Amino acid sequence: MKNNTYYRDEVPENNPTFEVDRRDFVKLLGGGLFIYFQLGEFLTGVAAEAEQQRSVPKDYNAFLHIGEDGKVTCMIGKIEMGQGIITSFPQMVADELDTPLESIKMVMGDTELCPYDAGTWGSLSTRSLGPAMLAAVAEARLVLLSMGAEYLGVSPEEVTVENGVIFIKNKKNKKVSFGELTKGKKVEKFLEVKPNAKDFSEYKIRGKSFKHADGIVKVKGEAMYSGDFRMPGMLYAKILRPPSHGATLVSADTSEAEKLDGITIVRDKEIVAVLHPDFEKAEAALAKIKAEYKFDEMKVDDKTVFKHQLEFPSESRVVKSSGDIATGKSSSDLIFESEFHNSYVAHAPMEPHTALAFMEGDKMVVRASTQTPFGTQDSIARELGLGLDKVRVIAPFLGGGFGGKSAFRQAVEAARLAKLTGKPIMVQWSRQEEFFYDNFRPAAVIKITSGTDKAGKISLWDYHEYFAGARGSDTIYDVPNAKTTSYSSREVHPFATGAWRAPGNNTNTYARESQIDMMAAKLGIDPLDFRLKNLKDERMIGVLKAVAELFGWTPAKSPSGRGVGIACGFDAGSYVAHMAEVSVDKTTGKVKVIRVACAQDMGYCINPQGSIIQMEGCIMMGMGYALTEEVKFTGGDIHTSNFSDYQIPVFSWMPKIQTKILDKNEAPQGGGEPAIICMGGVLANAVFDATGARLFQLPMTPERVLEAMANKK
Amino acid sequence: MAKLIQFELNGKKVEIPLEKDQTLLWALRINFNLTGTKYGCGEGYCGTCTVLMDNEPVRSCGIMMEDVAGKKITTIEGMSVNGKLHPIQQAFVDHDALQCGYCTPGMIMNAYGLLLKNPNPTREQIVDEMEGNLCRCGAHTHIIEAIESASKKMKV
Repeated sequence: MKNNTYYRDEVPENNPTFEVDRRDFVKLLGGGLFIYFQLGEFLTGVAAEAEQQRSVPKDYNAFLHIGEDGKVTCMIGKIEMGQGIITSFPQMVADELDTPLESIKMVMGDTELCPYDAGTWGSLSTRSLGPAMLAAVAEARLVLLSMGAEYLGVSPEEVTVENGVIFIKNKKNKKVSFGELTKGKKVEKFLEVKPNAKDFSEYKIRGKSFKHADGIVKVKGEAMYSGDFRMPGMLYAKILRPPSHGATLVSADTSEAEKLDGITIVRDKEIVAVLHPDFEKAEAALAKIKAEYKFDEMKVDDKTVFKHQLEFPSESRVVKSSGDIATGKSSSDLIFESEFHNSYVAHAPMEPHTALAFMEGDKMVVRASTQTPFGTQDSIARELGLGLDKVRVIAPFLGGGFGGKSAFRQAVEAARLAKLTGKPIMVQWSRQEEFFYDNFRPAAVIKITSGTDKAGKISLWDYHEYFAGARGSDTIYDVPNAKTTSYSSREVHPFATGAWRAPGNNTNTYARESQIDMMAAKLGIDPLDFRLKNLKDERMIGVLKAVAELFGWTPAKSPSGRGVGIACGFDAGSYVAHMAEVSVDKTTGKVKVIRVACAQDMGYCINPQGSIIQMEGCIMMGMGYALTEEVKFTGGDIHTSNFSDYQIPVFSWMPKIQTKILDKNEAPQGGGEPAIICMGGVLANAVFDATGARLFQLPMTPERVLEAMANKK
Repeated sequence: MAKLIQFELNGKKVEIPLEKDQTLLWALRINFNLTGTKYGCGEGYCGTCTVLMDNEPVRSCGIMMEDVAGKKITTIEGMSVNGKLHPIQQAFVDHDALQCGYCTPGMIMNAYGLLLKNPNPTREQIVDEMEGNLCRCGAHTHIIEAIESASKKMKV
């Protein structure tokens, strides 16, 4: 290494941190069997899908430790934020290894103990890391069998394993447990992994429902989130924040703040921070700082943003194209042109971004609420001029993420202040900071020109997506002449935007499914029939039929006055279809969701209960962006600052929720995001069915509903 | 010398110096290291910091320590006795009434306050009383079911 600073493209081929790490965790875990895997093509596959930018370590990565007590420790770089992989991963490991579920312990999101991972997002854990891990566990099982055979003095073919006990086939009393095998030993095995996992028919623990494995610590208030750690001499840091994203600090007068007892002021480049052992005293001191700013605001607000976006210079790319748009136009009997708008929305996890940073010897240790512990480690190393081996990031439990904690500014801030002061520093964002620095879901415009022929088939689909993100922008319908164009720009937004649960797909599915409904209504065809008539994909047809049965759909042309709607879509490898029933108060414009049904085809479902809870969560959360959630702003000045002016779904909104997961012996797919993508579309279609008014903008606030009803002629 | 204030915390008499402008939330988290009570919004809109004060659910982020003197405070840490979960905690586990778990202590404390006041709430009353406790993960239906089930268990 020429110097001790890493940049993304300069990470050495053989990541040197591993040698150090391995010693550390061998020390931590004591004796037993350590199984290191070289994941090679598997991890490359995982990495490629997540579009990560760091080269994959070529050295062996640790995955499993089997202790003298028979406990199996599984180390993965993913984090737990409520999505439930702390429950479903042990199911997969225990099943593959033939060991009891209770014997599995997860170590997650620790850059020192876990193999590299690009981040917990995109519903990738099960569908992408899962197969790699299962292949690794299958190898580990073979190693254990061979060790067991040797112990029992027979050949590996003569033994088998159940519940963590290896025995001679037909001689169950000739046995040895995983724990006994490793007793008094420290065995290290280095394996190259090939796909060798079990067939669906052999699954015993997978496919069964389990409750959250972390339920008990969470109901006792003992689950540790980043803000719950304490260290001797720890100081809370409150950092001076600009009033707007367009503001630059000119001067800060800290003299009044300095007069307060026990306050330390730190100034470092753009950071002005007050430190105190008490959070509230630090906050009070911060309020005493008099700061001046200069402003350079973008001329845009939440009302003009869509015009701004359409006029803004952007780069376009064709995402997909088939047939010819001109042919589509000439062969269409009816042409439909629409423009859909979607607003900026916040992630608003209940836990704001938090991080505790401290020096342990010459190493920076950071406990942070981050969905990307390794990305956080990269950034801190770069920012502080430390080697990667001198930065350890640990993500404890996260109080929600939804994509918002893929950004980790707070962790870098804590690390900078901890390095400068030599003290343990806790940066716990206030709710105002959380709203201000959120990487919002981008506002977006979708323009669609579509056409139908005399037979009621879609003959044209010309789709233009501006700044939503291309995920889910491809038509799912069977259209001979279809084209999807995506427009993007780094500078179009006056503040940061980022991935929000099923990024892109909420906006795209809302627009597409609204347009489909408009065509069905114009043709006087039941919207379910119209979809089935224009779909070829059997799995999409399958979820639509399943949800229709679950919901008790009766065909009618829309608007029927019943307030029922449909939407379907594809996300993270899974197919989803929703039906909803709403009532609309025609004097106030308020929409009440009465019930929502959802059918999901997610391939093989590891933990049905956990998956259903994710679907229900998606439905609840999705009502928010459909009905009320909208970030208000003028230029870089975010007016939304707390839950008082940002209405997220609450208990009284609870519709009756019905869910169904289709049984499939196919590779497991994503489950954390798919069921949220239809919520805008299904509710917009239900509102149309109730009122005859089409909503071209989300959220469907009472004012917009009234306006649409007034304009419907 | 700072003035001392006394109150009862999870069944024990405690005493701390009265700090100007200190709220109950941060006294619990910093002075007593009871971190089960969470910071969520700091302005009483989200309910993650809910504790009981004289058996009434309150938002601890809005309670000044001077008003805590002589009161009886119950936090999530005071709910289980000798390691045995309180029926409401057990019901949250049984009904899988959580995801990320950050809002959970506040939910449980608010539900406890409700059930102390009204041991036989209707579903509508539960929804009404829980309205100010926010959950972003969308565990709402399970939370209501857990509270309904706990209300039945607590009677026997």
